[in-house]
Amino acid sequence: MYAYDEIDRTLVNERVSEFRDQVKRRLSGELTEDEFKILRLQNGVYLQLHAYMFRVAIPYGTLASNQLRALAHVARKYDRGYGHFTTRQNIQFNWIKLAELPDALADLAEVGIHAMQTSGNNMRNVTSDQWAGVAPGEIEDPRIWSELIRQHTTLHPEFSFLPRKFKIAITASDHDRAAIKIHDIGLKLIKNEKGETGFEVLVGGGLGRTPFIGKTIKHFVHGRDILSYIEAILRVYNQYGRRDNIYKARIKILVHELGIEKFSREVEEEWQQIRNSSLQIDDEVVEDIRSRFTYPAYEKLPHMPDELRQAAADPDFEAWRKNSVAPHKVQGYSIVTISLKPIGAPPGDATAEQMDALADLADKYSFGEIRVGHEQNLALPHVAKRDLPALWKALDKLGLATPNVNLITDIIACPGLDYCSLANARSIPIAQELTRRFANHELANLIGRLHINISGCINACGHHHVGHIGILGVEKNGEEVYQITIGGRADESAALGNLIGPGVKFDEVADVVEDIVEAYLALRERPEELFMDTVKRLGVEPFKERVYATR
Amino acid sequence: MTSPLEQKKIKIAGPSVVTANRTWDGIVVYRTAAKSWSADLSEAAIVRNSDEAKALLAESVADDVGAIGPYIAPVQVGADGKVEPGNLREQIRRTGVTIGQPVQV
Repeated sequence: MYAYDEIDRTLVNERVSEFRDQVKRRLSGELTEDEFKILRLQNGVYLQLHAYMFRVAIPYGTLASNQLRALAHVARKYDRGYGHFTTRQNIQFNWIKLAELPDALADLAEVGIHAMQTSGNNMRNVTSDQWAGVAPGEIEDPRIWSELIRQHTTLHPEFSFLPRKFKIAITASDHDRAAIKIHDIGLKLIKNEKGETGFEVLVGGGLGRTPFIGKTIKHFVHGRDILSYIEAILRVYNQYGRRDNIYKARIKILVHELGIEKFSREVEEEWQQIRNSSLQIDDEVVEDIRSRFTYPAYEKLPHMPDELRQAAADPDFEAWRKNSVAPHKVQGYSIVTISLKPIGAPPGDATAEQMDALADLADKYSFGEIRVGHEQNLALPHVAKRDLPALWKALDKLGLATPNVNLITDIIACPGLDYCSLANARSIPIAQELTRRFANHELANLIGRLHINISGCINACGHHHVGHIGILGVEKNGEEVYQITIGGRADESAALGNLIGPGVKFDEVADVVEDIVEAYLALRERPEELFMDTVKRLGVEPFKERVYATR
Repeated sequence: MTSPLEQKKIKIAGPSVVTANRTWDGIVVYRTAAKSWSADLSEAAIVRNSDEAKALLAESVADDVGAIGPYIAPVQVGADGKVEPGNLREQIRRTGVTIGQPVQV
């Protein structure tokens, strides 16, 4: 966990007071909506279909148990008893009242939570690997650098009025769980030949209306130079980014139009002017941030405790363990992913009761720490293997032990037309129907790793472009129509999916996905060949034939 | 279900209302003939041509304190005079999400 200092606490509290005054002036009519909109957006407040939506930041996906309880409290006191975890390590409350928002923010501020950098055309919440600091083989904890960038960018005037929103993600593992290639800037922690810590820097990734996979702009930037290098990128973007057309304003468009070579030359030129400035990071600064991250006092535990050996006889436990439990860097411990994708439920939702109970379980089994991943699941990062059977039973009672992590029912979906003012079509009911179709765990296991992503409009909050199966809802002649892509992925081999054919109606989507899956099962060469491997080997055609032969 | 954010021209094909969200709590409201806002669609002022729609929208926009984001939305008026939302988006705004919520209200 990261411990905020007095400066952080003062900043967050002052922000609450400031927003309280702004809300008061808005409700009295002193501020018009045009004047107020940018202020509310800078505090995570959107207007959706039925109400205001309040988006709260969970920087680099790390939450303490008391913070999760505070989120539960907000859900219960100010909303309708639940929250929705998003694809960028935030949580959203869908029914909040503007008049009560300052109180909700004040309650969150007591535990160091805020809504800065969750909306508006600024530098957004820096995201990272939800397994940061505990993943085996990691270069080092990427949250140290995430926090450094968070401190530098929060309320930074140069980054507060950008052409469009700007997102950074950081990973320190070979397997990318932070989806860095679909971010405006993606950072991968690496070591150079001298053993020095630095970053491979990617730029220009993003989804939405015009999707691009990020390109490497520099293969190694030393850690001490990362702020100046990011700033150089931002300066070039600020200077040349399109402000005249919202659809062409993201940095991905600029990188595409200039070309990565020209863009990188512009950045290099800018960087050389500011590289040796006060932006160069002293080792002491990094060490100070590092010292504020506390790590558990791990016990020396056996690799295979008796409790785990005995529980292995229970097939239900084994089904859960196989998909939910991952290796930890410390022997005797595990990382446990908690599925927020129960069969038939909206992906990513958690009730206040579940959040409170999970906070208790985190205290009991995970040194009081919870993580939030971009797949809309949670994780307990430090669970002793001996505790896994007891934890599983406790999670099961809460409805949080669905054994479907990374399987076909572990669906990423945006709120869609049920909540979102931008959406053209519903996402959640499609996800719900798909989870019911593939509810049989043996079938889901037989299919193996397969990610479905659903977006209710071209803004792609459900990351449909990078779903193994991507589903995009659009409107056609007043009806919801869904375009299906296959072959996308968001990891270190990130790729955009390919459209398989004409869009299908709401009621046909689950049938089409079943057809695609049946085709895969028939076409794969062996059980170990994953869906993505089959698509890579055969392309779109056989799936297209299967889906459209009878439609 | 085209988002009203993409509503560039005021051109209506049938009976319409002006809808928005109430400022203090965000709930869905409709502009009434009494130049006020109501959460009840049946109390909404119905417009039937572009000029009426423009006038109602202009008056609604002017009430910046009462409600935010006003726009014109289609409705269907039954033979009995009952007013229903004219598309799925407006149906959802009126009756709520089409899915079960984790906590029932």
